[in-house]
Formats: sequence, C-alpha cells, structure tokens
Amino acid sequence: MRVVVIGGGPAGLAAAGAAAAAGADTVLVDSEPVLGGQFHRGHPQRVDARVRHLANSTVWAVEGMRLHVRTGQADSPSRTGEVLNADAVVLATGAHDRVVPFPGWDLPGVYTAGAAQALAKGQGIAIGQRVVVSGTGPFLLPVAQSLKAVGAEVLRICDANTGLGWLGHPRAASPAKLAELLGYAVRLRSAWRPRTAVVAAHGEDKVNAVTVAKLNPDWTIRSQERIAVDAVCVGHGFTPRLELAVTAGCTLVDGFVAVEHTGATSVPGWYAAGEVTGIGGADLAAAEGEVAGTAAARGSHPSRALAKVRSGRRFAAALAAAHPIRAGWHTWLTDDTLVCRCEEVTYKDLRAAVDLDAAGTRTFKLTSRVGLGLCQGRTCGRAAIDIATALASDRRTFFTPADLQRRPIATPLRLAELASLPEEDL
Amino acid sequence: MDVVVVGAGVIGAACADALSSAGLRVTVLDRGPLASGTSAAGEGNILVSDKEPGPELDLALSSLSRWPTLVGDTDIEWDPKGGLVVATGDPAPLAHFAAVQREAGIDARWITPAEALEREPHLTTRVTAAVHYPQDAQVQPVLATQALLSNVRRRGGVLRPGVTVVGLDARGVHTSEGIIACDHVVNACGPWSGEVSRTLGAPIAIAPRRGMVLVTAPLPPTVRHKVYDADYVGAVASGDADLQTSTVVESTAAGTILIGSSRERVGFDESIRVRVLRELARKAVALFPTLADVPVMRAYGGFRPYAPDHLPVIGPDPRVPGLWHATGHEGAGIGLAAATGALLAELLTGVTPHLDPTPFRVDRPGVLECA
Ligand SMILES: Cc1cc2nc3c(=O)[nH]c(=O)nc-3n(C[C@H](O)[C@H](O)[C@H](O)COP(=O)(O)OP(=O)(O)OC[C@H]3O[C@@H](n4cnc5c(N)ncnc54)[C@H](O)[C@@H]3O)c2cc1C
Ligand SMILES: Cc1cc2nc3c(=O)[nH]c(=O)nc-3n(C[C@H](O)[C@H](O)[C@H](O)COP(=O)(O)OP(=O)(O)OC[C@H]3O[C@@H](n4cnc5c(N)ncnc54)[C@H](O)[C@@H]3O)c2cc1C
Repeated sequence: MRVVVIGGGPAGLAAAGAAAAAGADTVLVDSEPVLGGQFHRGHPQRVDARVRHLANSTVWAVEGMRLHVRTGQADSPSRTGEVLNADAVVLATGAHDRVVPFPGWDLPGVYTAGAAQALAKGQGIAIGQRVVVSGTGPFLLPVAQSLKAVGAEVLRICDANTGLGWLGHPRAASPAKLAELLGYAVRLRSAWRPRTAVVAAHGEDKVNAVTVAKLNPDWTIRSQERIAVDAVCVGHGFTPRLELAVTAGCTLVDGFVAVEHTGATSVPGWYAAGEVTGIGGADLAAAEGEVAGTAAARGSHPSRALAKVRSGRRFAAALAAAHPIRAGWHTWLTDDTLVCRCEEVTYKDLRAAVDLDAAGTRTFKLTSRVGLGLCQGRTCGRAAIDIATALASDRRTFFTPADLQRRPIATPLRLAELASLPEEDL
Repeated sequence: MDVVVVGAGVIGAACADALSSAGLRVTVLDRGPLASGTSAAGEGNILVSDKEPGPELDLALSSLSRWPTLVGDTDIEWDPKGGLVVATGDPAPLAHFAAVQREAGIDARWITPAEALEREPHLTTRVTAAVHYPQDAQVQPVLATQALLSNVRRRGGVLRPGVTVVGLDARGVHTSEGIIACDHVVNACGPWSGEVSRTLGAPIAIAPRRGMVLVTAPLPPTVRHKVYDADYVGAVASGDADLQTSTVVESTAAGTILIGSSRERVGFDESIRVRVLRELARKAVALFPTLADVPVMRAYGGFRPYAPDHLPVIGPDPRVPGLWHATGHEGAGIGLAAATGALLAELLTGVTPHLDPTPFRVDRPGVLECA
C-alpha cells in the first residue's frame, strides 16, 4: 500500500517515518528544499531511509486519491511533474503566520514573526537594530529570543492579551514545554508588556517609528506612545494551510480540519496531522503525525504517541483560549489602511462592499477585489472576512472558512506546464 | 401588485429592476448571499460574435443597447472593447458564419491575418482568418448584478438573502422564513431553476452545464480584445456531454487574463478536473504563445443553466397561474439579462413586448416536464 505524506514539517516527518515503519511504501512531498518545516528552519531534518522524499515539490492539485506534483524551484522553467496515486494521504501542510492589519503594516521593515524567525534562524540576519515585537501568543517569545541572538535590540514584546496566564494551568502543558517557555519569559521579562500592541507603523519608505498602545481587554485603545524603531515583527497566531483539505472535501470545524483520534478526516483515506488540525506547537504536531502515519499505513496502535496527542491537545486548547483575537483591532484601522496589499484594497473599500450586501466570500471578493491578487487571500483573507462580518453584524452573512481557502490550484503553475501535462497523468 | 423574484443572480436582479421600475412592489429572495451563484462564477462577456441569427441574437442585441444605461453611472466595468474571432485552420466556416451574421445586422468585419496581428500583437502567426466584432462588450458580473439590485432597493424593493423557497400555493410562496403573500412569482434560480420548478409544482427542464475559467497573474497589457478561437460557436450549439473547450482569452481591469471556458455536463459535481484545466491552457497558449510562461493563479467555475434547445425560458407557466420563469441563459446570462428583465416585465404587466416572446415561451417542446 502506498501512503503519501504532504508536508515535511514536524507532523509530516513523523507521519512518513511511522508509515514506513508500519511497512507502507511511503512518499513524502515537501515544497521546501530541505526537510523540517517551520519549526526546524535552519536545522535540516532527515527522514527514515525507506521514505522517498520529493524535495522542492508541491502538490498543486488533488483529484480524489490522485495527487498532482510539480518539482523544482517555483519560478524555474524546468520544473517537472509527477502524479502520485495514493492509497492513503496524510495531510501535514502546516500553517502560515497570521497578522492583523494596522495602519502602516505594509511598510518595508514590518515583518511577520515567521519571516523574522526564518531570517534569524536560517540566515543569521536580524530584521533591524531596534525592534518591537507585537501580536499575541507564546511564539512571540522564541522569535524575540532569536532576534536577540542575532544582535537586535528588542525594545518591547507586546502581547495584546494578558498572555502567559495559562502557565498557571499546570495540566495544560508538558513540564518540558513549561520549562522552555518559562525560560524565555525569564530572559525576556524586561521587554514583555501584556495588553499592549503596535497599532500603527510610521515612515515614508521604511518604518522609522511605531505607535504602541495600551489596550482594553477587547483590544480597543486606552492610551498610546510613539517609539522610534527600524523594524517591527508581528504575529497573531497562525492560519492553517487548508486548500488541499478543502479540495479533497475534508470537513472543517472552527477553521481546522476535523479529525478523529487516529487523524482520520471525513474523507476516506485522508488523514491530517499538525497545524492543519489545530495550533499546538511542534511536539504535538509530531505526535499527531506519528498517529496519523501509523493509521494511514494500518499499523498498530501507537499508544505513547496517542497519549501525547491527548495532553498536547489540552495545551492547544489552553493556548487558543489564552490568546484570542479580539475585534477591537478593527478600531486601529483608518479608512485608507490597506487590508489587501496585492490588490490595494482599503478598509473603506471593504465597507463599501458590505454596504452592497456582499455577504458571501465569493461575492465579497469580487466586489472589493480583496484576496484576488497573487497571494490569493492567504495574507489578508481572514482579516478581511473578520472585518466584513463585524461591519455586517446587523445582517445575515454567509462567510465560511472553507470558502476562504477554496483554491483548486493550490500553488501557481505556468500555462506551459499545465498545457504540457502528459495524457497518462490525467 | 406584489411580485416575489426567486434568485438574486443577474437574471433575477434584471427582472426585479425592470418590474420595480414599472411600479410593482418587488421582493427578491435568495437562499444564499446576493449575487453569489452562477453570476459570480463566470465571465461577463456581452457578445454578439458567437450568435447566429435567430431569437437569441435578437435578445442579445436588445440587451447590448440596454446595459449601458441600466445602472446610471455606477461603475460595473462596462467595456465595449470589441471581440476578435480567429481561425487557425480552414477559414471557410468562419467566413460563412460572419457573412450570415452580417445579413442579420451584426457588425462583423472580415480582416486579414496581418490586420489581426496589428490589433493583437501577441497573437499566434498561425492565424488564417479573423473577424472583428466592434459590438462585443463586457461587464463585471457581480458589480452589474449588485447595481441592478441597488436600483431595486432604491425604489423600495426588499432584498432578502438567506431565504430558501420551498413551495407555492394560493396563499403565496412558502419559504424557510414563512409564507410570503404575492400576486406573481418569478423563478430565476439559474441552474437550480429545474429543481426549484419541481418544488413549485411546475417542472421545467433546466440542467447545469459546468464551466471552468483560468486566471493568470496580473500582466502588463498583452491582450486588447476578447479573442476567441473560431471553434467557440460549435461548442455553444452542441449538446454533447463530453468535455468541450473553446478558447476565450481576455484581460480584465486588474491586469489578469481570463481564459475560458470549458463545457461539461457532470451535474452539480464541483470537483476539479486537471484534464479540463490542461485543455484550457493548451488552447490559450496556442492562440497566444507568449502566455506560455505566465503563471496561473487560480481556477474557478460554475454551472450554466441550460434548456434542451439551448434557448432561454422567459414567460408565464401555463400550469400554475402567477408563476413565471426567467432562466436557461446558459453561457450568456450576463449578456442577455438586460433584455430578459425588460421582456419579463412587459409580459407580466401586459405591455406590448419589445421583441417576439414566442421562441422563449415556457410551453415549448422539451421544456415542460411532467409533474
Ligand atoms: C516564528 C515561529 C516560532 C515558533 N516557535 C515554536 C517554538 O518555540 N516551539 C514550538 O513548539 N513551536 C513553535 N512554532 C510552531 C511550530 O513551528 C509548528 O507547531 C510546527 O512547525 C507545525 O508543524 P507542521 O508539521 O504541522 O507544519 P509546518 O512545520 O508548517 O510544515 C508544513 C510543511 O508543509 C509544506 N507544504 C505546505 N503545503 C504544501 C503543498 N501543497 N505541497 C507540498 N508541501 C507543502 C510546507 O512547505 C512546510 O514545509 C513556531 C512557529 C513559528 C512560525
Ligand atoms: C465558467 C462560466 C463562464 C461564463 N461566461 C459568461 C460570459 O462571458 N457572458 C455571459 O453572459 N454569461 C456567462 N456565463 C453564464 C452566466 O454566468 C449565467 O448565464 C448567469 O449567471 C445566470 O444567471 P442566473 O441569475 O440565472 O443564475 P444565478 O446567478 O445562479 O442565480 C440563481 C440564484 O438562485 C438562487 N436559488 C437557487 N435555489 C433557490 C431556492 N430554492 N430558493 C431561493 N433561491 C434559490 C441561487 O442561490 C442563486 O443565487 C458563464 C457561466 C460560467 C459557469
């Protein structure tokens, strides 16, 4: 039997290893040149030698159990194609950074936490000399730590929530996790400010200052001050990469792939693991990967991994509860704040679309042009729909997470590549 | 008089616009959000170039003259950019088709391959013949639908998204939100019109025909007209269930290029078919070789509503008094909407219709189904 694992982060690595160990002919498809995903960036990982690893490879389309793969650098004219027919698929495509927009967030010098981390860990480059980190969630801490390690002065770490309150729930996290986070907390204590946020970035062609605000519990602004900086790093948690799950027809719950305890999704033969199923860090992702890879290959019950998944999910739930995104961020926006950078759609444009009763995702996009550009709504889609939902609170709305992630072509390919697909691959 | 229009796509919106403008009290219902069905899933070509002389062409010409004035100065990306139909094989069928169209009053200008290349510098040099259709235009279909609905709202009409129609009797339309009393009901449910007509007790034979479109990354201006492969005409008129594609390449206001579109009869199956995408890509690259290296960002599609004889259905249902149908516009509903709304309102209010409604009547062979 053949198991195809999509994604080479902690979840996919563990899934591929477990599937191969259970005797399945296993293929691991990952779009990065080296294995490891988000967490191990800069520290390439290896996978079980029995696994066939397709590096630089993306699954761009899914037809039932047929996966269409392109291999090669995204913009290279010499990418090659392959079709994988799977008996079981483990979806481990992870998540990307979520950022809520604010005036000036499109200025050069404003980075996502993930990008800042990748530069620091991957290339040893600091995004700036004087940096403010802002957003919510415990992942801000390791990022701040990495920035310091490459020589940046971290002036503030602003968490819009009270943040580490959940450390008080000892059952929520494993002792190792707690120790890791407490370690960061101790080292970064002097810069850490709960219930504050960067609510505006200033500068002409590059950020040179930010407005940092003290927030109310709903994230509306209480008071503000201006701080000179040369870079900003923002992160508001993560948005799962769901396009393949949506094309495959997997049921979503609360914006994540719904899975049974084995990692089985609603679609027979399709399993999911890692951040596509919930945000809970690398250890949980790896445990989920092991469980799903084993189940996909019909191996024997991995009871230790299952126990880890159970406790990890408690941690994930505590995390989500402690770091909500509160709607008060909408009040940070001005009429001309860009929400969609690709198509230059402003807050005001979104309001105009809501005034036309564009209350479904497709219509809203086609009315305002939000999410129709190169990123296909990956950066702005969620924020735009949140804004629309709030503005239309007196009306009926029809927005669903699946509609936002409906991208039957999961990654772009050139017309010539599409045109030259061989007959036997169709 | 009270009229309930079921379906807030471009056809329902155009009917509601015309009815409210004639002074009727109009309520528009849709089970989903406004302007989110087929009318948000296709392109917005308003064409005469693909039509042979006959009732659909008459409807298209009437619509073409109405669209620019229907929505005042609301921006619906109206662009009378003209169409260019090119043949890369035997030019004779295209020449014949254009000659027949000219007799029916279409401005169809036979131009040389060199002139075609002058108009479209990136066109393949394999062009053997070309016809320029200055009348072909386009709108952005969602903006156009919303603009018509805004007219209705402004005249006091009521728009109710999220209301599903489930039946009809003497008391009125039965919906998920209760009964709405009215004198007339218009079934404008696009590809779902067949299904809805059955729940209303007056079945008509409207079925879905799937279509997909590819969208490229934004480009500097590369394609100026709507450029069609001459085999387009064959595909429209055919009833073959198998995959058919005929290339339509055009650029949008945003700089992206739309490559449409396929035709398949697969029911309401939404799953992606790579074979379909490949066919679209092949034909686009054959017409515009420079597009080979352009990335495709997105694919989308929807279901064209079609009747067995491929003509729209516009008029009263002979079985249920007060029930009207306005549907079956297949791949031309955006273009045909303006005249469809006008015709339906004329018939419903008893005004002399501006064109012969007979070809579109509901009780024609093949359209009426047994209850
Ligand atoms: C800035 C930052 C700091 C973090 N710090 C910590 C920390 O200190 N401790 C901790 O526990 N966690 C941390 N995390 C979270 C951790 O990285 C994730 O929990 C973990 O990486 C999730 O693993 P995953 O396998 O689900 O997804 P990922 O690691 O995201 O891997 C997904 C992989 O799938 C690939 N992929 C996606 N789509 C396709 C496709 N269509 N075809 C082929 N391949 C595809 C991606 O390229 C990627 O390689 C941090 C994350 C970030 C961004
Ligand atoms: C790929 C593609 C390309 C196309 N290109 C063009 C083009 O270039 N030019 C052109 O003119 N046309 C084009 N078309 C065709 C055009 O889109 C359609 O003819 C037109 O949109 C049909 O409009 P409609 O209002 O009849 O249907 P729809 O827009 O589908 O509206 C019907 C509405 O009825 C609602 N409904 C259904 N059931 C119920 C119920 N029980 N209760 C309440 N409401 C209900 C639905 O929610 C829907 O909103 C294309 C179509 C496709 C798929």
